[in-house]
Amino acid sequence: MQLTHNIDPEKIEQDRLYQDMGLSDEEFEKIKTILGRRPNFTETGIFSVMWSEHCSYKTSKPLLRKFPTEGPNVLQGPGEGAGVIDIGDGQAVVFKVESHNHPSAVEPYQGAATGVGGIIRDVFSMGARPIALMNSLRFGPLTTNRTKYLFSEVVAGIAGYGNCVGVPTVGGEVQFDDSYEDNPLVNAMCVGLINHEDVQKGIAAGIGNTILYAGPPTGRDGIHGATFASDDLAEDSNKDRPAVQVGDPFMEKLLIEACLEVIHSDALVGMQDMGAAGLTSSASEMASKAGTGLEMNLDLVPQREQHMTAYEMMLSESQERMLLCVKAGREQEIIDIFEKYGLKSVPVGKVIEEKVFRIKHHGEVVADIPVDSLADDAPVYHMPSKEAAYYQDFQQIDVKTPVVDNYGETLKQLLQQPTIASKEWVYDQYDSMVQTNTVVTPGSDAAVVRIKGTDKALAITTDCNSRYIYLDPEEGGKIAVAEAARNIICSGAKPLGLTDGLNFGNPTNPEIFWQMEKSVEGMSAACEALQTPVISGNVSLYNQSKGKSIYPTPVVGMVGLHESTAHITPSFFQEAGDIIYLIGETRDEFGGSELQFIQNGRYEGKAPHLDLNIEAERQEKLLSFIRQGKIQSAHDLAEGGLGVALAESLFSEKDLGAKVTLSGDATVELFSETQSRFLVTVKPENQSAFEKVFTDATNLGEVTADRQLTITANNENILQEAAAELKALWKGAIPCLLKSKA
Amino acid sequence: MKVAVIVFPGSNCDRDMYHAAGEIAGAEASLVWYTDTHLLDDVDGILIPGGFSYGDYLRSGSMASTSDIMNKIREHAEKGKPVLGICNGFQILTESGLLPGALMRNKHLSFMCHQEELVVEDNENIFTTLYEKNEVVRFPIAHGEGNYFCDDETLLELKDNNQIVFTYKNNPNGSVSDIAGIRNKAGNVLGMMPHPERAVEALLGSDDGLRLFQSLIANWRSSNAVNA
Repeated sequence: MQLTHNIDPEKIEQDRLYQDMGLSDEEFEKIKTILGRRPNFTETGIFSVMWSEHCSYKTSKPLLRKFPTEGPNVLQGPGEGAGVIDIGDGQAVVFKVESHNHPSAVEPYQGAATGVGGIIRDVFSMGARPIALMNSLRFGPLTTNRTKYLFSEVVAGIAGYGNCVGVPTVGGEVQFDDSYEDNPLVNAMCVGLINHEDVQKGIAAGIGNTILYAGPPTGRDGIHGATFASDDLAEDSNKDRPAVQVGDPFMEKLLIEACLEVIHSDALVGMQDMGAAGLTSSASEMASKAGTGLEMNLDLVPQREQHMTAYEMMLSESQERMLLCVKAGREQEIIDIFEKYGLKSVPVGKVIEEKVFRIKHHGEVVADIPVDSLADDAPVYHMPSKEAAYYQDFQQIDVKTPVVDNYGETLKQLLQQPTIASKEWVYDQYDSMVQTNTVVTPGSDAAVVRIKGTDKALAITTDCNSRYIYLDPEEGGKIAVAEAARNIICSGAKPLGLTDGLNFGNPTNPEIFWQMEKSVEGMSAACEALQTPVISGNVSLYNQSKGKSIYPTPVVGMVGLHESTAHITPSFFQEAGDIIYLIGETRDEFGGSELQFIQNGRYEGKAPHLDLNIEAERQEKLLSFIRQGKIQSAHDLAEGGLGVALAESLFSEKDLGAKVTLSGDATVELFSETQSRFLVTVKPENQSAFEKVFTDATNLGEVTADRQLTITANNENILQEAAAELKALWKGAIPCLLKSKA
Repeated sequence: MKVAVIVFPGSNCDRDMYHAAGEIAGAEASLVWYTDTHLLDDVDGILIPGGFSYGDYLRSGSMASTSDIMNKIREHAEKGKPVLGICNGFQILTESGLLPGALMRNKHLSFMCHQEELVVEDNENIFTTLYEKNEVVRFPIAHGEGNYFCDDETLLELKDNNQIVFTYKNNPNGSVSDIAGIRNKAGNVLGMMPHPERAVEALLGSDDGLRLFQSLIANWRSSNAVNA
């Protein structure tokens, strides 16, 4: 779908050409009412991108309102480029997650690279220095050449961009499942650090002030990218390749440094990046937020190609561009800063009193739109919701306890599941250490970056077990938030808040909308209970291809604060002789578990139950004990249960072993995925203090020097494996799958 | 000791180098933008940081090697002042001919980032006097083009003159003779792919790199004390 030539307004209406741009008949009528006339071709394009799901959240807005967004430390909630949370001492942390799913499905390297570039711009346009990147990726099983290609190229794209701009990629998560076969997910998160007084807003205020365009010229790339992202992924999506942008991380690096210098000039009024819907969204939103109007002359916009139309320029998503509002008469001060970095910046318009968005090209007005109509008058749809037919079936299924003959073999199988296996193949390609703040590198529950000049550090994690959410969106939504918080707590930090990356199928399907509704309700409940407000986010819908929808995947990106670097706690066992405890009871819960998938080839039944009160209480107790310096290591129990957590705790350079004794049903104890559990180790001298506080903890045994994982149940040795062998299988699984012939 | 950290467009380890040499090791460090050539007049040492100068376009290090400031740096080097190039800084030094050889794509073609064990092969230069000869140290690597190559004749010369300063214990990238870092014949120019500036604080996993900066400062102090 590429309409890049001028067509007269009558024809647009008669032939319903607006439908090709993603506008419905009702929406077109509404535009006619707003304008009091038919929109011309350029205006139709402008409305279509601004009213696309990607920019307007028209179907997700009613759900997003359910999220708790306020808290004592929240300085900026959803609505700006990224959210901002106070961390004391006049500093704040800025973060947001964004999806680049459709582009990555079509052109994985550039799709992923520009996803990283876009989220970094969201953060530095707030005035913050980007200090860490995370990501959350989903692919089909690593058995087809197509999936291997998508996986390798997405990772290469993230690495290619992140490494070059000098922002460390400190962690993330990758999961593999059938439902992502044709529609992979690429969500990138960026965290920035800022002093309170430097927080910028994307506003075009002050009548007569100048609108400055900064960065490389505009080309014909990414036209209608936002619309492309707001529809099902077509089977012949290859033809949408022109809607994918091309990134230049070198340009972005220059832009970061220039913009972070510009924010210290009081000639700057506001700044916003040109992300989705490019010049259109940045300019109209900056005026709309400031309660002003904006007039722009496209003849002044730097252009990479000849004879570009107004439509093309307004809808281009060429990368690494920023729009600034600068005090009239002081433009040169800002231009000089960009010039130092070899970047062009040119005045392209001015702030006007009349609240219109007026675009001129070749001396003619090519768009004249009430500015608020683009952002505020976008339709909001309350979509019909219907409980998914499969849900009651799953609730009725009586999931039997799996039969395990050989515990060692089962553990080895689990460790080689791509979702559980080591992601070293992925993160070794990311520069995780540049900026010299990374205390905990990728591969732990949460990444940790210290804050120079203080004794503080930040813990960062991304999480989402979409199998649970598929089985039970509400319970699974709770689990996604709780698991992220658990990871933050285990690292020794207090959760501050989260950003949500909501990835779902087609919302016009009432069962999909029900998944969205219920998972948001579950997440909101967990946010309330764990006091983690949602400060920013992204919605990516229509993640379906060939009529098959992805699992509901609301990714949680969470940030926590270590008040002292002394609180930073490893997830690996530390010393022989330390006592191993499991905090929390284990129930027979195998619905949606890894073991269920290995044995049955599918997920079914009830998702694990989560009690938010117990979760909150345990997290609080554990964090307080960690802060007293009495915990040697802490790891949350997730996919594969206790067995996998025990093995993972040995996969460090410490070369340790563990001797564990279980009581009860060994299969349940080892592999059930009951929630709200932690595996911790404690020095013998802290044993009694620990047991006094954690009455719900079980003493499992101790860390040993023999480099063996030994498990006894009911006086019988059920598992004895060399840690090195388990580690080799866990580490080799993904490289092995990539090398094997499809 | 006054050291200048050169900032090219696209350098991204400049602030890390400044932090390590200045805030941690105690040199009087400054960040010098590549056009501010005159600021190098009164510095005692030059540090060229890692990153992607000019986006690695054309070839890593090649664009930066032709900039005006490199002429100034060459003059410094010829006068015997210390010049240290790390990662992209090493690539710039080979591209500009201050050090022999070239850095090619890693053997397996992927970017790699992790801790590596290095062997200190030579401790008789101003950068490594505080290390033991054959000592094993841990520095992070982070590069896509760190595969050092030179012809046999050059390699022989490097060996004969003890110009190989660091080698990899487990060669990660295919470098000739496991080379991780080399110096010029005079011993005042060192180029290396691993990142000592990322290994100056135990909190971040290793402080083995600190002694490299301390060696540099200590040697400058002692030679300066003699001159004064």
